Amino acid sequence: MSTTTLPPAEKTQPVSAPDAKTSDRAKSERKLGWLLAGPALAVMLLVTAYPIAQAVYDSLFDFRLTDPDNRSFTGLSNYGVILSDWLWWRSLLVTGFITLVTVAVELVLGFALAMVMAKALSTIRPVLRAAILIPYAVITVVSAFAWQFAFDIQTGFVNSWFGWLPGISGDTDWFGGTWTSLLVICLAEIWKTTPFISLLLLAGLAQVPEVLQEAAKVDGASWWQRMRKVTLPNMKAAIMVALLFRTLDAFRVFDSIFIMTGGANATESVSFLAYRQTISRLEIGLGSAVSVLLFLAVVFIAMSFIKGFKVDLSQSRGEG
Amino acid sequence: MTSKEKTWWGVAGVAIVIYALFPIAWIVSLSFKAPSALNNGNFLPGAPTWENYSLILTGGASDLFLPALRNSFGICLIATAISCLLAMFAAYAIARLDFPGKKFILGTALAVAIFPVISIVTPLFNLWRNIGLYDTWPGLIIPYLSLTLPISIWTMSAFFREIPWEMEQAAQVDGATTWQAFRKVIVPLAAPGVFTTAIIAFFIAWNDFVYGISLTSTEAARPVPAALGLFSGASQFEDPTGAISAAAVIVTIPVIVLVLLFQRRIVAGLTNGAVKG
Repeated sequence: MSTTTLPPAEKTQPVSAPDAKTSDRAKSERKLGWLLAGPALAVMLLVTAYPIAQAVYDSLFDFRLTDPDNRSFTGLSNYGVILSDWLWWRSLLVTGFITLVTVAVELVLGFALAMVMAKALSTIRPVLRAAILIPYAVITVVSAFAWQFAFDIQTGFVNSWFGWLPGISGDTDWFGGTWTSLLVICLAEIWKTTPFISLLLLAGLAQVPEVLQEAAKVDGASWWQRMRKVTLPNMKAAIMVALLFRTLDAFRVFDSIFIMTGGANATESVSFLAYRQTISRLEIGLGSAVSVLLFLAVVFIAMSFIKGFKVDLSQSRGEG
Repeated sequence: MTSKEKTWWGVAGVAIVIYALFPIAWIVSLSFKAPSALNNGNFLPGAPTWENYSLILTGGASDLFLPALRNSFGICLIATAISCLLAMFAAYAIARLDFPGKKFILGTALAVAIFPVISIVTPLFNLWRNIGLYDTWPGLIIPYLSLTLPISIWTMSAFFREIPWEMEQAAQVDGATTWQAFRKVIVPLAAPGVFTTAIIAFFIAWNDFVYGISLTSTEAARPVPAALGLFSGASQFEDPTGAISAAAVIVTIPVIVLVLLFQRRIVAGLTNGAVKG
């Protein structure tokens, strides 16, 4: 998993106010700016823009490492192969399902956690904060193993603890079917990434002006009315940022699936499909095409968030 | 707040702690189970044993686990150091100077942060094989920068914005040299931000699985998460559950120590300004 934060609104003005004419000072400042920030920018482009360009190029060839001499240009035919294959659409559905379920649950659960932390007495707040950071900091692979072993038919305790529930017995094989496997994968993902959402929402809660809450209370608004009319609208930016990042993060789901099912029982995600084509089957051409399609899907999601929900990231930085 | 309400919030707080710690407690418990107790369906180990730990630290699985641990520490620390250094200069420029490329650099960092990792792996896999970086430390450090650098730039520029840079001039007015002003005023103010950024970047590198499993093939460079992932597949021992759990506990200890020591800063780093409109 990977997480991202956005820095705060600009508090201080830049040291020099730009003149109408570009002064020597502004010129040298610009030069220094590029000198300092240039290397970081160059490295970022080198490790992402270059590989994706290479992937686009590779995707146009019929190329497998087991047979490197027979590399031939085939245009867009790799894309044709993938888009007409049920495997691709199935992995897209699985990825979409996991994304939708985890993000929806995490938003509700994360909000509840944020409310509790906001209300907690200042003495126990550090305890809660430390506790909530632990799932965030634990390696995804470790979390996946913990959940897998818990539900495992042999080593697990879930079957013996919850055997009284209808549908669960000593020999319920959670990893034997698609839906039960996906359920455990979603649980592990939700456990691991809810803290990140709840911390962003907690920061958002702190931004809701106390005066508005008090005013609504005085006017006789119920808890639910205050939540809907005061709290949530004032947190819109926080909610949208949390949603955007978690959605894109969830869409890349790979680690938990690799550990828990290895893609068996139709639990393969798009990332897993790309991995299997490239690394296991050494089909560089096909794997690259899947990678490019995944990349386009992520760009599409990001764009729809930014255009559709009007998530203005630069505004949230105070640069708008 | 009435005392009844207080009780309820207290209960909710306890529930959060249980939520956060339960899976960790479970894997710790598993790591102390003897092979005979693994399948008894109990949560607690019953008769705890160090068997699994000795297996991965000195026993048959140590040649899989110990090199991986060394690789993980080395690769993650170097990647964190490089990205913090690069981010430090970039964040200073973004927070302090006025130049037209600012927005573009932050936008690029954002785009790189949401980039699907697997899309980078596919081309690198082939390229690394051709130029000899496959299964080497640099072969992982370079792609790790795609994970650690963007978040370092965002987090650090957030911290640097909050620094009262005027104090540098004030110190110079009071007679300090440029170097003294930087050394005595700016460094102490900037250090916490750099340090927090380093912790967050380290977490992200430490968590990587996709690069680790795709770009390595032996103990020469394979990091712990990848080694753990392969324990289950081609295992040499009967039931790898206990050994995996013990290894999982060991790699979790460093992050838990960091969380306990620096929780306030980590939270600030993660959320700083994400939502200040």
